[in-house]
Amino acid sequence: MSDIDIRTAVQEELNNIAPEIDLATVDPAADLREALDIDSMDFLNFITAIHHRLSVDVPELDYPKLITLDGAVKYLEAKLKSSTR
Amino acid sequence: MFEFRMPSLGPDMEAGTLVEWLVKPGDWVKRGDIVAVVETQKGAIEIEIYQSGQIEQILIDLDSKVPVGTPLARIRTELEAKPGAAAAAPPPITPAAPPPVPSLVRAPVRPPPPPIAAAPGAAGRVRASPAARRLAEAHGIDLSTVTGSGPAGAITYADVERHLGEAVAPPERKRALWLDLDAMRTAIAAAMARSKREIPHYYLEHQVDVTACEQWLTQKNATRPPDSRLLIGALAIKAAGLGARRFPAFNGFFRDNKFEPAQAVHVGVAIAIRGGGLAAPALHDADQLSLDELMSRMRDLVQRTRSGRIRSSEISDPTITVSSLGERGVEALYGIIYPPQVAIVGIGKVVTRPWVVDGAIGPRSIVTLTLSADHRVSDGHAGALFLAEIGRLLQEPGKL
Repeated sequence: MSDIDIRTAVQEELNNIAPEIDLATVDPAADLREALDIDSMDFLNFITAIHHRLSVDVPELDYPKLITLDGAVKYLEAKLKSSTR
Repeated sequence: MFEFRMPSLGPDMEAGTLVEWLVKPGDWVKRGDIVAVVETQKGAIEIEIYQSGQIEQILIDLDSKVPVGTPLARIRTELEAKPGAAAAAPPPITPAAPPPVPSLVRAPVRPPPPPIAAAPGAAGRVRASPAARRLAEAHGIDLSTVTGSGPAGAITYADVERHLGEAVAPPERKRALWLDLDAMRTAIAAAMARSKREIPHYYLEHQVDVTACEQWLTQKNATRPPDSRLLIGALAIKAAGLGARRFPAFNGFFRDNKFEPAQAVHVGVAIAIRGGGLAAPALHDADQLSLDELMSRMRDLVQRTRSGRIRSSEISDPTITVSSLGERGVEALYGIIYPPQVAIVGIGKVVTRPWVVDGAIGPRSIVTLTLSADHRVSDGHAGALFLAEIGRLLQEPGKL
């Protein structure tokens, strides 16, 4: 799965939670909780959706690494690479 | 025979618009079934029925706005609908046919009502409920391609959902297109203004060390997949529910100048809705649920509330409210009681603070609990005991 596919997956799942937000206008380094106004339940739903879609089970300890758009893509990319190796 | 009436979904509701029937004459319903969707200021509410029986007649057409208490349908009780009881019941319109499944209690089978001719005015306009139309519109579906199962072949929300099938994400996860946030704001304003006018609030606050809760959650969640992980909010609701069970003066309704304590503890969970809305539907029997069950119901409740699919019992049942700020925001909130309830518990953001434990100062996770309660029912002394009990319960998360 390419970097672009992962980014698309992340953006789509975030858009399911915050449909009115145009993610293209969101700073990829911004804290998603602030930029998208999502709460801990939303974030858990995002992590759950990623688990179902990409089969990456993000442990709670790693949540801080997914707090930005860039961070989430980078983290998932690394996880997917290590799982297919 | 009984009449299913337009329910009152809150003290300020005067009328509702019937936007969808999920049953038709002849259908069997049992207590708790969702039979209709009514549009109110709070959005589209799924209306549950409180008695079991068989739908005899639908009395109100789709899109009719009717006052609270208006009969919407006539329903035969199970007893009346039994073939043997036919003589005692009002005579059936057509002779009874033998029940097709003898082991079940079935009503005399009546032929379906003659199909109502499609409204001739709009040439070829498809009959569909507004909720179904909006869903179809949101997904760009041509309604003429959908098979209707509602009265006179009308297309219901469920029909469009079926049509969508697996092709798209479940609608619960899409934007709640039919939530009218302006109307919701008006309803909130009316309820809160009434609360401030009528309820003599008093306020208490209590700082609680929730380090044990956090450690317990970290350990629990480490081995769980995301869909069964717990949030600290679930622990807080359980603790508040158990506290309310032990302190009945905070759990119930103040109506007609007197307090009626509630038998059950149905915790209203304050849920923020994107774009500026708020609802606090009931998490039924919150004090009785295991944490896992409570968490999964809370997830479901939040998702349905945010997509405008709240049920009538969830609107009318809360006996106490819990409002939690979550991980962002500020340390404390002082809630306004939602009438006719008599208390609201606020849960602030968890913060790390220097704290004395066993004579030594160390960093601990601290949360500020608040209580707003009704002075017509209780005093600060009882309120303090109640709030302290919630804090105490949070010290032993394993026992929640």
